[in-house]
Amino acid sequence: MKLVCTLLIFGLMIIGFAQLSSCHNNNLNIQTAQYAVNGQKLYKIHCQNCHGAKGEGLGKLYPPLTDKNFLSKNRNQLACIIKNGLKGEIVINGETFNQNMPALSTLNDVDIAYILTYVTTHFGDADSTFSQDEVAQSLKDCK
Amino acid sequence: MIKNILAVATVSLAFLACQPNSKKLPIIGDREVVEKVVDGKTVIDTIYPAIPNFEFLNQDSVLISDKNFENKIYVANFFFTHCPSICPTMQRNLLKAYEKFKGNSGVAFLSHSIDFKHDQPHVLKSYASKLGVDNDQWQFVTGSKADIYGISDKYLVFTKEDENVAGGYDHSGYLVLIDHEKHIRGVYDGTSEEETEKLLSDIDILLAEYK
Ligand code: HEC
Repeated sequence: MKLVCTLLIFGLMIIGFAQLSSCHNNNLNIQTAQYAVNGQKLYKIHCQNCHGAKGEGLGKLYPPLTDKNFLSKNRNQLACIIKNGLKGEIVINGETFNQNMPALSTLNDVDIAYILTYVTTHFGDADSTFSQDEVAQSLKDCK
Repeated sequence: MIKNILAVATVSLAFLACQPNSKKLPIIGDREVVEKVVDGKTVIDTIYPAIPNFEFLNQDSVLISDKNFENKIYVANFFFTHCPSICPTMQRNLLKAYEKFKGNSGVAFLSHSIDFKHDQPHVLKSYASKLGVDNDQWQFVTGSKADIYGISDKYLVFTKEDENVAGGYDHSGYLVLIDHEKHIRGVYDGTSEEETEKLLSDIDILLAEYK
């Protein structure tokens, strides 16, 4: 019985990952896909209200998370943005934004790794895991 | 064959013609039954709660009142500009309604800020234009704490200053639909996409009452 259950859950998980990755990026390996699944859940709770379900943002209040160039150029600052918030003028997809993003200081490194894996692979064009180590490293050199 | 098609067509026409009239939105709130004496006879009258008269300062620093909403149906809600939690979702959803009914002078929108300290008219103005609101069909207002919190009760929306919640204010994200008589005709969870869809179709149903 236990074995059947385990197999069933395992099977469902594979189908879940396959579905998630098939919507967007087909080349994600299983670990990246798993991080992204967890990240999507956390994204819904902590980011979606402002940045939208598809990372589309809201008017000129909240910037979209779909600026691939911004995400890859500032990859080492993304964890800092989540942990410490962001203020001041920035240009995203050619539009200027200048509002306050509050610090989400309660999120830990694993949560941030999950969220950033989801954001960078599904809204950006990255294809690898945003690891917990990368988060810890980035947080050491926040601007 | 042609007969069959005709039959189907007639039935569907009849169905289409009868359907829309059958729906009417309820009046929400505890009604009061009172006895009145009219021409010497006792009659029973039902009174529904209504939104009382109000006056608030809007995003252009102009005093607006319930008079601005005469002969209009409107959707009211409560928010604040730097709210980190439910407001962005609620305003994103209300924006859908604004965009759908933009240019229709029979429909208006009224967002009350519950942060009377920070949300001065110029803050509301900048917020409104960044959200994408570029006409006076959607008003953003501020007022004294007593006035704003007092009227939120009448709209059946809970609001409270609370330093323990994110942003400093606790409130619920309801969108409240008001008719010409200032009665509440629908209450929708502004953080839910399905309920927002329902609001959009209920606005059409309510508009039809005034055709
Ligand atoms: C309360 C609203 C709010 C929440 C919640 C929020 N953000 Fe932001 N975010 C903003 C605003 C506003 C800016 C722009 C700040 C500026 O103008 O300097 C921003 C900017 C950003 C940027 C850099 C600009 C861009 O568009 O790429 C990233 C990346 C980002 N946020 C990611 C996130 C992630 C991930 C989460 C969830 C963990 C999150 N944000 C939660 C409001 C929010």
